[in-house]
Amino acid sequence: MAQDHDTRARETAGAVARRSYGKLVALLAVRTRDVAGAEDALSEAFASALADWPMKGCPANPEAWLLTVARRKMIDVARRRKSGEKAAAELRLLADACEANEFHEAPFPDQRLALIFACAHPAIERAIHAPLILQVVLGLDAATIASAFLMSPAAMSQRLVRAKLKIRRAGIPFRIPRPDELPGRLDAVLDAIYAAFAEGWSDPAATDVVRRELPDEAIFLCRVIDDLLPDEPEVLGLLALMLHAEARRAARRSADGDYVPLAEQDPTMWDANMIEEAESLLLRASARNAIGRYQIEGALQSAHVHRRRTGQANWAAVVELYDALFEISRSPVVAINRALALAQVRGAGPALEVLDAAAADPRLTEYQPYWAARAELLAKVGASADARHAYDIAIGLERDVAVRRFLQQRQAALPTGPADS
Amino acid sequence: MQYMLLIHSDDSGFFAMKPAEQQQAMGAYMAFTEALRKAGALVGSNRLMPSTDSTIVRVANGKSQVLDGPFTDTKEQLGGYYLIEAPDLDAAIAWAARCPGAGHGAVEVRPIRTN
Repeated sequence: MAQDHDTRARETAGAVARRSYGKLVALLAVRTRDVAGAEDALSEAFASALADWPMKGCPANPEAWLLTVARRKMIDVARRRKSGEKAAAELRLLADACEANEFHEAPFPDQRLALIFACAHPAIERAIHAPLILQVVLGLDAATIASAFLMSPAAMSQRLVRAKLKIRRAGIPFRIPRPDELPGRLDAVLDAIYAAFAEGWSDPAATDVVRRELPDEAIFLCRVIDDLLPDEPEVLGLLALMLHAEARRAARRSADGDYVPLAEQDPTMWDANMIEEAESLLLRASARNAIGRYQIEGALQSAHVHRRRTGQANWAAVVELYDALFEISRSPVVAINRALALAQVRGAGPALEVLDAAAADPRLTEYQPYWAARAELLAKVGASADARHAYDIAIGLERDVAVRRFLQQRQAALPTGPADS
Repeated sequence: MQYMLLIHSDDSGFFAMKPAEQQQAMGAYMAFTEALRKAGALVGSNRLMPSTDSTIVRVANGKSQVLDGPFTDTKEQLGGYYLIEAPDLDAAIAWAARCPGAGHGAVEVRPIRTN
């Protein structure tokens, strides 16, 4: 019986954390701008909940319960830490907030959006915008974020701490930018949302509880922004891109958990509703006549889907889209995908030359998709020994077990013979 | 909150101007100061003498060392400041953008420490 209560309390707390973490941080930090203090108070409130709820039962409104407890903790901290006029001012802010009981009154989701825009403020180092949003709004821990952004956990924590200090000390406001401020500010927010999506995408089997929610959260945040800023073409493009990718989630793994590449997926397993919505979003975006990175990536997804559904090759169009994307992004990752598409049009030989040119970028030496693409193309031109070597490196760099297994199978399928040395 | 707007610029540019242009440049600063005052945002302001008039003082082992300034050997030097009251960083940034210094140099926005 006691164990039942324990389990229920833990499940409720977990559900609230996933559903409302960012909303709670936003509400706690909006007046004092003390994001780190809000996070600390919230984690203490969660600890109190796990001690309290098993005995007294879960409250009817767990979010409001956590908010009240966290506010009291913040008031305690302000009392202990400060004296004089400044403490009085901060306590007044906290007391006002307590009375307001904003959880239901506040025009959600604007609070959370305001927090997102504070995290992506131009006064904060650009490279830390997305990690900061992931931590503060979605509650990801620094180690997970560090691995997503190829940074050491210690360095990531330090930069996150510094950014939160700056929000408070420099007085960065929690508000949605005016239309004239929006263009530059919006890019940073969209990049962060896409980074969150990609992080969840890297765990397709959904074994990790935190990451499992990320694609849904990212799509949700993007819809919220679309509501607030209707018909922004890049918002529509990003939403379409994510919906296209999400539509294929179930098809990306076989019943045995093996990785299934796009070319071998069963299109009947794709989510037709999501694809349809993505297509209509892209249409809406193109009507605005302002092309951008996410619209092109969305269009690429659309081209892949169209080819698999109709069986009609459209690789030339795909190469053109990659050309346009490379023009905007100059990204070596785009160059790799472009080379793979080019292989379908002009053969593996010319594609390898393109890939070699991209390899000048030192970031690619530890980038798994580069080595996998290289191995694939080398296998096609019959350079089996070189292909085997490239597969070795790709396998060594891959962290997803299913993808690793897929690469190992490809490697094992390479022909061996006396000519191969 | 209070913010210091630190104006960094190449002051040789000002001295190369014709008197009428200098007058105009000064007028822009006076108008900006007046706008701050009218908005109740002005706490204090000063223009500094050229950086070539600067002197650097250090004390090491009880002995003071005095050197010809400025402190940093850069083309753009601290030339003046405004101390302003603003509700948040965005408001301070909006004032900094109106400061003539943002046009002929760069304005650094630094919050004032309160504890």
